[in-house]
Amino acid sequence: MKTLSVLLVDDEEDLVTTLAERLVMRGIEAKWASTPEAAFEMLNQQRFDVGVLDIKLPRASGIEIKRKMESMAPGMKFIFMTGHGSEKDFERGSAEAGASNYLLKPVDIELLLTKIREMA
Amino acid sequence: MTVLQRLKPRFWDHRDAASGVDKHSFNLRRIWYLSVLLTAGAALIPLCLLAAIDYQMTQKAIESENVLRISRLVSNTRRSLAFLLIERRHALQFLVRDNPLGELKAPGRLAAILKNLQESFGGFTDLEIIDAQGRQISYSGPYDLANRDYSHQAWFAEVVQHGSHTSDVFMGYRQIPHIVIAVTHQPPTGPFYVLRATLEAERFHRELLGLEAGIGGDLFIVNTAGVLQTPSKNYGGLLEKLALPIPEYVETTQTFETKSPAGEAVLIGYAYVAQTPFVLMAVKTKDDLMQPWNKARRQLIAYLFFSGGSILLVVLAVPTYLVSRIRAADRTRVAALHQVEYANKMASIGRLAAGVAHEINNPLAIINEKAGLVKDLLLLQQEDSAALRPKLLAQIDSIQAAVKRCATIIRRLLSFARKSDATFDTVDLKSVIESVIGFLGKEAEYRGIATRIDIAPNIPSFPSDRGKLEQIFLNLVNNAFAAMADGGHLTFQGRRLSEDRVQVAVIDDGCGISPEDLKHVFEPFFSTRTKQGGTGLGLSITYGLAQEIGGSIDVESQVGKGTRFILTVPLNPPERKNENA
Repeated sequence: MKTLSVLLVDDEEDLVTTLAERLVMRGIEAKWASTPEAAFEMLNQQRFDVGVLDIKLPRASGIEIKRKMESMAPGMKFIFMTGHGSEKDFERGSAEAGASNYLLKPVDIELLLTKIREMA
Repeated sequence: MTVLQRLKPRFWDHRDAASGVDKHSFNLRRIWYLSVLLTAGAALIPLCLLAAIDYQMTQKAIESENVLRISRLVSNTRRSLAFLLIERRHALQFLVRDNPLGELKAPGRLAAILKNLQESFGGFTDLEIIDAQGRQISYSGPYDLANRDYSHQAWFAEVVQHGSHTSDVFMGYRQIPHIVIAVTHQPPTGPFYVLRATLEAERFHRELLGLEAGIGGDLFIVNTAGVLQTPSKNYGGLLEKLALPIPEYVETTQTFETKSPAGEAVLIGYAYVAQTPFVLMAVKTKDDLMQPWNKARRQLIAYLFFSGGSILLVVLAVPTYLVSRIRAADRTRVAALHQVEYANKMASIGRLAAGVAHEINNPLAIINEKAGLVKDLLLLQQEDSAALRPKLLAQIDSIQAAVKRCATIIRRLLSFARKSDATFDTVDLKSVIESVIGFLGKEAEYRGIATRIDIAPNIPSFPSDRGKLEQIFLNLVNNAFAAMADGGHLTFQGRRLSEDRVQVAVIDDGCGISPEDLKHVFEPFFSTRTKQGGTGLGLSITYGLAQEIGGSIDVESQVGKGTRFILTVPLNPPERKNENA
């Protein structure tokens, strides 16, 4: 089985690093970025199978980042995470990524893993 | 409970319970007083005026009617009385012209004439002829009065001078009142002579009695000396002195008012009867005269009281009803306002909750991942525990930091949701604004909105209601966020206006408010964002909150440039007055 590569984007650095570490422990090649700029930089350097994006990020929403990444890396899949859980965000997120690819924080690592595997 | 208390309408002690949003307090009692006074005045003053004018006019009309009636009566009576006397005088004049002196002196002739007069006119008692020297020449009558000498008597002098004479009434021999009529005759040759007739005065009295009944008063004849020539009902008997004043001679019929000896006001009509010593008088008491007027007056007053009473009833009932309705409407309004105020608060809490959820979910996610990692390390890694130790400790530190973050958020939320019942404690303006920004900071961050807090250093901490201040700023910041595009700028600018006033401007560079809308922004239910779920109450509640802490709020705006809400608050808390007032 090919090693899946995942890019995690969230402004909570503590969260995104731990999540990345745990995914690595489960055999995923996980990289992380805490700002959209850093994320695009990483995408320039390497290809990722799946992007896991926080919906609310400073100065840019996960949806905007997703659109830009799609243009940069066609065929890349995305999963959204949010801590907000307002209906408006949910509607927007599920319309963009499909309700099944929309996860509420705190995220269950096994569920995330399953999703990543399903998508890739 | 007294009757008064039971009648007292419920609005009487009404206190406007509205606070916050719209502090127009109705003074219901004042409204009631004003409308009762105005309507009562407008209805009763013309009525009373009308009644007073009618009273005056009717009184005058009846008075002049009385004067007219009495003078008409006197005038008519005088005419018939004068006619009665003139008729007899003319009869006598005719007799002396028709019968030469020689014939009159012939025995039996005078008796025949007297008999004829008694049969045709009636009332003649005797006849006598007197020569120019005042000596009786001939007599016919029931008494033995022959050969009398009248030359020294006043009436004789008068008859010689004027050609005729009518005497006062006097008591005759049979104690019957009489008068004398005498006429002179100047034959073509020889000296003049006088025909003198005695008449019963009873005739006049009878004449008057019939008329007297017509007016229900007192009608009598008096002579110029004030001696009654016919008996009066109330003011003296025959030949007694009249108890009323005798007016000066005038040719026409006159009336005057005076007091009777009994003290009653009387109206007197009088007329002098020409060529006689008689004055005809009609006397009527004012009480009798005004009797029809009194009846009309009683009716008028009864009508006035009845209509005045009905008007007063209506005047009292209508404002009472209307003011009661105002009170009911006001209570409904206050209740509705409380409800929306509550709804608005709930909406704010909802907004806060969404923010808080995000704030808490992030540290929870961290705890989750850290704990998960600890578990992974313990289960998946084969390293020895000594090597794992520092790594595990680092995870636990992160977990504790995240828990602290949650606790801080919850504490902040609790302090915000605390029922703010105007508890004044010392507040620092900057920290209040910072705590509000704390809630909305994330949204600002995500939307790229730069917030700047610029509070002048000379603003001290001051006693105020922290909860209300927070709510005011939260509402203003929410408003500003709604108006601004992503990447806008929100500035808080605080400066000290005077010794006891501080001003904070909340300035955004959003879409601005049009001048027409600007006039209405603080009105309840005015909203330009109704479709986006605005209640139209945020700013009106904010306005009320500012008033509650003794401050005021103002707004300046330019479309496209931005809006500036200016909150002015006192450094000393206002006295808590309106609590019971």
